[in-house]
Amino acid sequence: MSETKNRREFLKSAAALGAAIPASTLAAEPKAEHGAHKAPARAAAASRPYMFLSQAEVAFLDAAVSHLIPKDELGPGAKEAGVTYFIDQQLFGGYGTMAKKYTQGPWPEGTPQQGYQSPLTPSGVYRAGIRDTNAYCQKTYGKTFDALSRQQQEEVLKGLDGGKIELEQVRSPFFFNMLLNNTIEGFFADPVYGGNRDKAGWKLVGFPGVAAVYTPFIEKHNVPYRAQPVSIGDITGKIAQVDEHGHAIHVMLDDKTGA
Amino acid sequence: MRRRTLREGQGERMATKLKSVDVVTVGVGLTGTILAKELADAGLKVVGLERGGWRDTHPDFEMPYVHDELRYARRHELMQDLSRDTLTFRNAVGDTALPMRQMGSFLPGEGVGGAAVHWNGVTWRFLPWDFETRSRTLARYGAGQLSEDCTSQDWGVTYDNLEPHFDRFEHLYGICGKAGNLKGQIQPGGNPFEGPRAREYPNPPMKTSHVGAVYGKAAKELGYHPFPAPSANMTRPYTNPYGATLGACVYCGYCERFGCEMGAKASPQTTVLPVLMKNPNYELRTLARVIRVNLDSEKKRAVSVTYVDSRGREIEQPADLVLLTSYVFSNVRLMLLSGIGKPYDPVTNTGVVGRNYAYQTTGNVAAFFEDRIFNQFMGAGALSMMIDDLDGDNFDHSGLGFIGGGWVGAASSGARPIDFHPVPPGTPRWGGEWKKAVAKYYNRAFGITTHGACQSYRGNYLDLDPTYRDAYGLPLLRMTFDFRQNEYRMSDYITKKAAEIAKAAGASRVSVSPRTGKYSIVPYQSTHNTGGAAMGADPKTSAVNKYLQSWDVPNVFVIGASAFPQNGGYNPTGTVGALTFHALEAIKARYLKQPEPLA
Amino acid sequence: MATKLKSVDVVTIGVGLTGTILAQELASTGLKVVGIERGRWRDTDPDFAMPGVHDELKYVRHKELMQDLSKETITFRNNAAELALPMRQLGSFLPGEGVGGAAVHWGGLTWRFLPWDFETKTKTLERYGPKQVSEECTMQDWGVSYEELEPHFNRFEYLYGVSGKAGNLNGRIVPGGNPFEGARSQEYPNPPLKTTYASALFARAAQSMGYKPFPVPTSANSRAYRNEYGATIGACVYCGYCQFFACEMGAKASPQTTVLPALMKNPNYELRTLCNVVRINLDSEKKRAVSVTYVDSRGREFEQPAELILLTSYVLNNTRLMLLSGIGKPYDPTTGTGVVGRNYAYQTPSSVTLFFEDKNFNSFMGAGGLGLAIDEFNGDNFDHSGLGFIGGGFMQAGSNGARPIEFHPVPQGTPRWGSEFKKAVAKYYNRAFSITIQGACQSYRGNYLDLDPTYRDAYGLPLLRMTFDRRENETKMSEWLTNKAAEIAKAIGPSKMNVNPRRGKYTIVPYQSTHNTGGTVMGADPNSSVVNKYLQSWDVHNLFVIGAGNFPQNGGYNPTGTVGALTYQALEAIKTKYLKKPGALV
Repeated sequence: MSETKNRREFLKSAAALGAAIPASTLAAEPKAEHGAHKAPARAAAASRPYMFLSQAEVAFLDAAVSHLIPKDELGPGAKEAGVTYFIDQQLFGGYGTMAKKYTQGPWPEGTPQQGYQSPLTPSGVYRAGIRDTNAYCQKTYGKTFDALSRQQQEEVLKGLDGGKIELEQVRSPFFFNMLLNNTIEGFFADPVYGGNRDKAGWKLVGFPGVAAVYTPFIEKHNVPYRAQPVSIGDITGKIAQVDEHGHAIHVMLDDKTGA
Repeated sequence: MRRRTLREGQGERMATKLKSVDVVTVGVGLTGTILAKELADAGLKVVGLERGGWRDTHPDFEMPYVHDELRYARRHELMQDLSRDTLTFRNAVGDTALPMRQMGSFLPGEGVGGAAVHWNGVTWRFLPWDFETRSRTLARYGAGQLSEDCTSQDWGVTYDNLEPHFDRFEHLYGICGKAGNLKGQIQPGGNPFEGPRAREYPNPPMKTSHVGAVYGKAAKELGYHPFPAPSANMTRPYTNPYGATLGACVYCGYCERFGCEMGAKASPQTTVLPVLMKNPNYELRTLARVIRVNLDSEKKRAVSVTYVDSRGREIEQPADLVLLTSYVFSNVRLMLLSGIGKPYDPVTNTGVVGRNYAYQTTGNVAAFFEDRIFNQFMGAGALSMMIDDLDGDNFDHSGLGFIGGGWVGAASSGARPIDFHPVPPGTPRWGGEWKKAVAKYYNRAFGITTHGACQSYRGNYLDLDPTYRDAYGLPLLRMTFDFRQNEYRMSDYITKKAAEIAKAAGASRVSVSPRTGKYSIVPYQSTHNTGGAAMGADPKTSAVNKYLQSWDVPNVFVIGASAFPQNGGYNPTGTVGALTFHALEAIKARYLKQPEPLA
Repeated sequence: MATKLKSVDVVTIGVGLTGTILAQELASTGLKVVGIERGRWRDTDPDFAMPGVHDELKYVRHKELMQDLSKETITFRNNAAELALPMRQLGSFLPGEGVGGAAVHWGGLTWRFLPWDFETKTKTLERYGPKQVSEECTMQDWGVSYEELEPHFNRFEYLYGVSGKAGNLNGRIVPGGNPFEGARSQEYPNPPLKTTYASALFARAAQSMGYKPFPVPTSANSRAYRNEYGATIGACVYCGYCQFFACEMGAKASPQTTVLPALMKNPNYELRTLCNVVRINLDSEKKRAVSVTYVDSRGREFEQPAELILLTSYVLNNTRLMLLSGIGKPYDPTTGTGVVGRNYAYQTPSSVTLFFEDKNFNSFMGAGGLGLAIDEFNGDNFDHSGLGFIGGGFMQAGSNGARPIEFHPVPQGTPRWGSEFKKAVAKYYNRAFSITIQGACQSYRGNYLDLDPTYRDAYGLPLLRMTFDRRENETKMSEWLTNKAAEIAKAIGPSKMNVNPRRGKYTIVPYQSTHNTGGTVMGADPNSSVVNKYLQSWDVHNLFVIGAGNFPQNGGYNPTGTVGALTYQALEAIKTKYLKKPGALV
C-alpha cells in the first residue's frame, strides 16, 4: 500500500477514536453526553508517570488540591508540592487496595461512630467520586471540574465538603474528607512518597524532617531551632550527614540557635 | 421505594425495591451488551448490572501506560478482583477444594466489557461435528470410542441452525479472515474444514508474520492446509452494523491481557457500547454486584434480582426477563445460589446445574532456530497461522483411542519478555547459561500451540463450596476437574504432529510438551471454561434449552460458554456470539410476543 | 487435623509486655516455656533503624507496627439497639502485633494507679454515698490494694528504667514529685527527662495557682540504663518520633530493650512467631486447660499441650479467646449475669490547645511522656460533693513531637482548607501546645464485649464485638476537668485557646488512646470477676489472664505501669504458691 494510503488509513482510524463516547454511568440519572472526546493529549506537565490516575483524573485532582492548600506568598501549595502524584502512588499501592484493613461484607451504612463502612476501597472511592463530581459539573456548568473558573471550583468543593452536592456512587462528604486527608498527608509526608516536593510542606511550618539529636537544644526555651529539613532520601542518598545512630546532622538556617 | 426487611434478629438489613423494568442483564460483557442493545432497540427498558467499574478506550487504555507488561499481564489489572470473590478447586471428588487465591490457569474479567476487553480476538465457528459430537462419534466409531464416564452430548442445535447467527456476530465484531467454504465451495487460502458460510468475512485477513510464513510453508509441505486465524483485531478501520467504528491494528504486540489503545480490538467498548450508551431505554449500573435472582413462591418465575451497590446498600430490581450474562462461573453460581434448576450431584448422576464442566487441553511445541530473526515483539492477539486438519473429526480416529482434536497454530501475538523468554530443553532455569540462552533465542524461537478439545465427564463439575465464602458471605463456586485419558492421548497425538511441522520448518532444537499430569490451576492455559449450564434437547441432561432458556424458570436465559455441553478444539467466543444471536432471535420473534417455554 | 506436639510446662499466648516478663521469670526457674505470637519477629536492629523509622506516613497514618485488620478486627456499636459493624481501619485505639506487641509503639507513660483506684467502690460509697454514681454503674473494688502491689510496681519500674521523681517516699512527701501518689519504697531508677518550654510555662502557671507540678513518669530512659536482666536501655535524644514509632536508640523501654535480649538466650524458652492461637482446649469437665490450638505460617494446625497457660495477648484478644474457648460464663447485659466480657471501659481524654503570637516551642522536639503534670484533679484527690461525677485524671503539658501530618493546630473557626487554613498552619505550628487530660472511665452494665453474630476473621471465627459509650459521669467529669485546665491555660496567657472537652457519642474514628480495659476483670467475688487477685481464672485453675483486661474500671492514668505491677503480682503467686501446689489459689 502507498504511503499516502497508509497515512489516510491511520488518520481515519485516529479520527475514529474521536467519536463521542458517552461516559455516564450514574444510576437513575439521565445520561450526560460528554461531547467530542479528543484523542489523548500529550501529558505535558507530568514528568513522572502516573500509575493509577488517568490524565483526566490528574487534571481534576490538580485543580482540587490547589484550592485545599493553595500556592501563596508563603510558598508552594499542594499542587506544586506534587500531592496529585502522591495520591496516585498511594492509590496504586496497599493504601488504595486496603491491604491491611478488614474488607469482608456485608456493608450496612452504620453510624458515623462506626467509621469506614464502604465496600469501595480508596482507589474505588476516588474513581467514583471524581466521575460523579465531573458529571455534576457537566450538568451544572457544562464543563468538567478542571475547566471551571476558580470561583466555580471553590463552590463545588464547598458543596462536596458539606454534603450539599449529592453524588450517586459514593457519599460526597466521605469522598471529600478522604481527599482532604490525603492532601494533608501528601503535603507533609516524607518526599519519598512523591509529595512534599522540595520539602515545601516542611518548609512552610519549619519541620526539620527525620530529626537530629535534640538533647542539647530542648532546654533552650523560646529559641527557634531552624534547620534545613532532611528527608529519608537525603540520608539514603548520602546527601545529608548523619551521626553514628543515623540521625541527621543539621545544617542550620541561621546561627541564632547556637550549638 | 418500598422497603422490605430481609433478615430478622440482631439488626435488620433492608433491601430497597426499585420500580420494575423489562429486562435485566446480570453482567455487562460480550453477551450482555449485544442483548441489551437489541432489546433496548426493540423498545424495552433494559438495565445492565456490572460488578466492576466503567472502562473505555479513553482514558483507560491510553499510551504509554497501557503497554505495561507487569501491570496487565502479571498483576492482572483488567481481571477479576479475587479478594472479593474467587472459586475453590480440586481435581476429584474426595479431595478438599481450596481457594484459587491468585490468577493462573484462567483469567476471568471484571468491569464493563468483561473478558472481551482483554481477550486475544481469535474468533471461530465450531465445526458442524462439534454440535453433534456424541451422535456422530457413535455413528462413525461406535460406543467403545467414548469412555464410560464421558458425558459429552449433542447440543440440541446444529451448525446450520447457527450459521446466520455466526454471520451476524462476525459482522458485528468485524472479524478479519478468509472464507474456506462459501456455500459449499472450498476456497483456497481459507479453512477447508469449516462449516459452509453464506458470505465472506467482513474484513480481509491479517498480515503474515515471519513465524506464520515459516510455519505455514512447513505445514503445507507436510500436506496440511494452513490459513490465517480468523481475527477480531481489525486489519483496517471498520464501521459495523451498529455504527460503531473500530481502528486498524498496528501489530503492537500488547494484545491479550491488555486493552487496545487503537480501538482496533473488537470488544463491547469498540462494537456496541458507543451506541448502547446513547439509547434512552438502557441504563448501566456499575459497581453493582448481583447476589441473587429472586423467584416466586413456586420457583417457576424470576421476579427480581438483588444486588449490592457501591455504597453497600442491598437493592432489589424487579424485571420481567432476567438474562444471566456474567461468564461461565458466575452464571452457574447464581443459578445455584438462587435455586434455579436442580444442582448436579456426581455421585447419583442426577441434576443438571454444574454438570458437564469442561476446559481446553493445550499443548505446546517450542521451535528454536539458529539462522532466523522473528521480531517476536511485533504481533497481534489473533495473528496466527493455523491448520485445522487435526481438529474435531477432521481425521480418522479409528484405533487411536480418543475423540476430538484441535487447531494447531503458530502465533505472533507479541513477545513481552517477562512471560516470553524461551530456552531450549536442558537449559538451566537460571544463571549464566540461562542468561545467554535467553539472549540468543528471544528472537529466534516460536511456539506452536495445539489447542485440544476437552470432553465432559461425570466427575468434572461445578457446585458450591461448603467452607469458603466471598466478601459478601456467600459460598464460593467449587470446581472439580481433571483431564482424562481421552485428553492425554489426543494431546500427545496432535502435539507430536506439531513437532513434525517444527522439524520440517528447520528448527535446530525442538521441545515437545503435550498435556500430561493432573490439571493444575497454577500455570496459565486458557480462559476457555465451558459448561455448567449446558444446552440441549433433553431437560434431564441440560440446564437450558437450545435458546439458552432455563427449563425450570422460563423468564431466565443463561448465555455464555456455560451452555457448551463439552468444549471443542477452538476458542469459544465466536460460538458464544452465535448462540447469543440465536437466543436473541427467539426472544424477539417469539418470547416477547408470548412469554413461555420456547422448547 | 491438628498435629499434637510434646507437652511443655508453660505457654504464653502473645509475646508482649506481660508475656515476655512471665516467660523470662518462669524459664529462669527451669520450666520449659513456649511463647506463641501471631505477628512476626522485630527488633531495634534492623527493624527500627534510621532513617526509615522516622516516617510519619508509614508509622502514624499507615500504622505499620500495629494490628493487621485484614486478618482480624472487632465490630463496634454504641449500644445494644444498634447493629455492630466492623472496625475496618484503625482509629480510636491501636492494638499491636508482632513480638513486643503494643509496648513497641507505646508512648511510654508509666504510672501507678492511686490507692483510691483500687477501692473505687468502697471509697466512693463511704465518702459520697450511692447516689454519686448512676444505677447502671458497675464500678467495683479490685480485690487487691495499692500496698500489696507496691513492691510489684517497684520491680516493674526498675525493669523498665522509668524516668521520674518520687513524690511520696515511704510516707514522706517529697517536693518536686507527685504529692498524691501512693507511698513508694524507692526513688525512680532514672532521673526525669528534661523540661520543654511548653512544660515550663504550664508548670509555672499551675504553681501560681497552688498546684504542684511534677515530671510525668516515663519509660523513655533519660540516661543509658542497665536493668536486672542485664539489658541496656539507651538514652533518649528527644527526636520527637516516639508514640506510634519504635525507638532507633533503644531508649524506649519495651520487651525488645528490657527482656528479650536475656529471654532469647534462655535455653528453656522457645518463641514461635506467625502463629495464631485459635482456641484454648479444656478437659471434658471444663476445669483444666490441656492445650492451645494454633495455626502456623504454613496454614498448619498444631495443638500444644501445656501444664500452665498464660493469656497475655492484650485486653481484646484475651476476652475473645476465653469466649471462643468456652472458659467462664459469658456476660449477658440483659440479665446482668456472667462475667467474661463484663466491665469493659476506656479512657476519657480531652485537651486545651493554646496559641501564641510571640513564643516558639520547637514542637518537633519531644519524647514519649515528656511533660510536667499535676494530679490535683485525679481520682478522689478533690472533693466531688455536688459535682455529679466520680473520678478524674492527670493533666499535663509537654511535647511528644509534632509531626505535621497529624499536628498542625489552628484556632477554632479556622477553615479546614484553603488560604486561611494554610496561613494558620504555618503561623501556629511552632507556636502552639496542648494541655492534655487523661480522664478516667467507669464501667457500666451496657458496656461490654462479646462475640459478633455476623462477621468473622480470616480463620472463620467470630469477631469480638464491642458495645460501648460514655455516660453522663464521663461527660460531666470531662467538662469539669477541661475547664480546670482552661483556667491554667488562661493564666499562661495565650492569644487564642481551643477548649475541647470530651463530648457526644463515643466514636471509633479519631485516635483517642489505646487504653482499653476490662472484659476479664479481677476481683474478690467470682460472681463479678473472671480472675482472682492473682489473675488466676476462677473456672480453670491452670489458666492466668494478665493485662489491662483485669481492670474493673479505668482510672485517670495510662494503664501500663499498673499492668506491669499486676504481672509481677501474678508471677509471685505462680512461683511461690501455684507451682508448689497447683490448684485454686483463692
